[in-house]
Amino acid sequence: MKNIILNGVQALQTAVAEKATEAAAAAPMVMEDLTTYSDYEPGNYWLPPAVNVTAADVDWLFFVILGLSVFCFVAITAVVVLFTWKYRHRKGHKSVPSSSHNDAMEVTWTVIPSIICVFLFVWGWQGFLDLNTPPKHAMEIGVVGQKWNWSFNYPGSATEDAVTSAELHVPVGKPVRLMMRSDDVLHSFYIPAFRIKNDVIPMRYTKLWFEATEPGTYRVYCAEYCGQAHSDMKTKVVVHETGGYEKWLKEQRKSCADKAKELAWSDEQLNECRMNTATNIYKVRGCANCHSIDGAAGTGPTFKGMWDQAREFADGSAGKVDANYIRESIVNPMAKVRAGFNPVMPTYQGKLTDEQIDSIINWMKTL
Amino acid sequence: MSNPATTHTEQHQTEPSYLKVKSGIGNWLVTLDHKRIGFMYLVAIILAFLLGGSFALLVRLELFAPGQQFFSPDQYNQLFTLHGAVMVFLVIIPGIPGALGNFALPIMLGAPDVAFPRLNLSSFYLWCAGAALLLTSLITSAVDTGWTFYTPYSTTTATAVAPAVAGAFVLGFSSIFTGLNFVVTIHKFKPKGMTWFKMPLSLWGIYATAVIQVLATPVLGITLMLLFVERMMGIGIFDPALGGDPVLFQHFFWFYSHPAVYIMILPAMAVMSELITVFAKKPIFGYSFIAYSSVALAMFSFLVWGHHMFVSGQSKLASMVFSALTFSVAIPSAIKVFNWIATLYKGDIYLKTPMLYALGFILLFSIGGLTGIFLGSLNVDVHLHDTYFVVAHFHYVMMGSALIAFLGALHYWWPKISGRMYNERVGQICAVVAMLAFNLTFLPQFVMGSRGMTRRYYDYDPQFEIFHKLSSIGAFIMGIALFISFINLFVSMKRGKIAPRNPWGATTLEWQAPTPPSLYNFPAGENPKLYPLYDYTDLVHVSEEEGWVRRSEMNKKGVIGSLGEEA
Repeated sequence: MKNIILNGVQALQTAVAEKATEAAAAAPMVMEDLTTYSDYEPGNYWLPPAVNVTAADVDWLFFVILGLSVFCFVAITAVVVLFTWKYRHRKGHKSVPSSSHNDAMEVTWTVIPSIICVFLFVWGWQGFLDLNTPPKHAMEIGVVGQKWNWSFNYPGSATEDAVTSAELHVPVGKPVRLMMRSDDVLHSFYIPAFRIKNDVIPMRYTKLWFEATEPGTYRVYCAEYCGQAHSDMKTKVVVHETGGYEKWLKEQRKSCADKAKELAWSDEQLNECRMNTATNIYKVRGCANCHSIDGAAGTGPTFKGMWDQAREFADGSAGKVDANYIRESIVNPMAKVRAGFNPVMPTYQGKLTDEQIDSIINWMKTL
Repeated sequence: MSNPATTHTEQHQTEPSYLKVKSGIGNWLVTLDHKRIGFMYLVAIILAFLLGGSFALLVRLELFAPGQQFFSPDQYNQLFTLHGAVMVFLVIIPGIPGALGNFALPIMLGAPDVAFPRLNLSSFYLWCAGAALLLTSLITSAVDTGWTFYTPYSTTTATAVAPAVAGAFVLGFSSIFTGLNFVVTIHKFKPKGMTWFKMPLSLWGIYATAVIQVLATPVLGITLMLLFVERMMGIGIFDPALGGDPVLFQHFFWFYSHPAVYIMILPAMAVMSELITVFAKKPIFGYSFIAYSSVALAMFSFLVWGHHMFVSGQSKLASMVFSALTFSVAIPSAIKVFNWIATLYKGDIYLKTPMLYALGFILLFSIGGLTGIFLGSLNVDVHLHDTYFVVAHFHYVMMGSALIAFLGALHYWWPKISGRMYNERVGQICAVVAMLAFNLTFLPQFVMGSRGMTRRYYDYDPQFEIFHKLSSIGAFIMGIALFISFINLFVSMKRGKIAPRNPWGATTLEWQAPTPPSLYNFPAGENPKLYPLYDYTDLVHVSEEEGWVRRSEMNKKGVIGSLGEEA
């Protein structure tokens, strides 16, 4: 008997150890140092730091309700414990008849909570109105949620191109309105440090607004369950110092070729810039959630050693990994689904520029 | 039982008990006896609970540390779907009404059975069919939608959502049948002299529940049917790609599922009222307020579904109205808590296992209710929605309150159901450990939730690790305690001491029936007598074997002299 148990424990230990090694091997391909985030440490025991103009109202009401709740709970517990102890059954103790109803008491404990509730409702409602009333001059940024990443669109003008990024960049101290939509299922855009959240719905716009009060980097999550990599559907919001946002936008509008001209780069430097563009897209646009670059198994095929290889597709046809195949797989992923994989990849049509797709194709050759 | 000197509890037991009247599995399976149906429900629900609990423990195991531990993301998504679906549809919704209500309700009315015994049996078999359908589709094809089946994820995922939805649909009918049966039974079978306001409070609660079951569950049926039609035939109702509206699904879904929360909590409150007065040996304080608050909760429960959707994209005006209505739910809940506490005043409190659960219920329900205020407040909810704060809140209500009440009520009626007393000490220890471990599991979730830990996450940021660890440890301790408490009950069926008619000194009619009751509850010629409800002055505890008897009855028989005054 003892042996059986010991063997069992040993087997379990081995299994756990193996699992741990596997887990280490399958660890997220993009490891990010979260300690660099400005909201890595909570603002106080209960809440993240508050860096939105509307956040103070939320926190205030949170603590009002917390105080009220703790008071009520302690009072209820104290009375229950006191009565239970004082009137516990013991030798010689009997229940003493007392009135079994008291209208004055009932009315009191109906009316007082009712009044408190009215106040809490009104405060919550006022705060909610603020959360839903963006200032008229707020700048607008488009948000697109898709399985399982976010992209942000900054409108252009007559002289400037629109910019798309995978992280939200905003200026400090300026109201920003987000126009959000989803490309597939429901998502929910959530920035804890801003105390804002709203579902992101396919074929419909939902809105959020905020005005960041402190420069820094803050976490962004998807809060509505959206399938396999729901917990990887996160990004960050970078709040720039005054002037920093405009500088960032300008930088984004430059292609590698622009920069090469401006800074008189060598061909190697230009090439490196393009490779960096590709790896960056791979990391931040959600590719890394499903495709590894080190040969590890994932939801989608690995990119390692893929170039020029023969491939079989789910419909029985076959082909080779070349530039056209890669381009097609990015803009129309359902056209050729590799055999043995589920048809789950979303399209990136209109989300990546031709230059970005070119850089990805060139980068894949090197893997 | 071999005490011929005082055979009060046995003197009428000339008919065999319902457990013995016709043995054999065949007789059980086609029985029309509400007690046997209740017993089968009980066994089935406890099995489903152990299954759903195991899934919860596997989820907690995966979340013990960030990153991948034991399961792939897909397996994790299936596990929380299984946990939610099993616990909601198979355990908490049918728990108190199906198992305990079925057993106790007719006897509490002094009636031989429910109004429609065949409908009753069919509702049990519908439960079995629904459970089989739901479980096979969930397990064989790994449904990963969460128990809420939100569209368009549920209409587009590759897993077998259709059979799972069909299972939930069938389970809905089981629930409707039970509700219908109870409404008619209470209306028609109240004995002479038992007016509505002389009815035990647990019947008020079960009645209010039954009304919700009958009125709200069809909406779930229709919603799931529409989802089914959309998936099978591509008719666009919820999927925007087909011209549908995904938020409409949430309206439909919560129009049932919010009242469903009251299908879970109202019977829990109902049996708690019963337990508290019995073990405090005091008439319930504010009977009519408790009764009316059950009805008020049942009505309000239909008007607050939109508070699940403050950030869903529904109109802001709708959110405002739903928030206001949500606050109004707080009032009847608070009234109940205050009345329960007032009942304890100057009582004679017996800390038996059911009472420990009942006192724990008051405190856990208070936490569940108070944290609901955070979520009812519009701007605070925007931050807390879909975080672990919500997860902790509804577990305090569904598990800390509804399930703890189920356990309390189960221990309370167990002697009547089985005819045996369970080991009191083991029951008490399990109750206390389970409730402490419950707090260890879910209190940390409030903190990580308000700090921004979103729910249904397979992986999480390292700053939340300590809270997840505490939560997982608590869950396993709780799992062990609850498992032992079920073992304790079932072991007592063979080993327990024979239970007297009235082991707790209660005044409701089921305790006048033999233990366990005979086939038609009260043997021929032995009609239950209506004494003043919740008046304990006439009851006296004789001994563990004899339980509690009425002094006035004994006086008539001239045996009062032999009865001890104190136990």
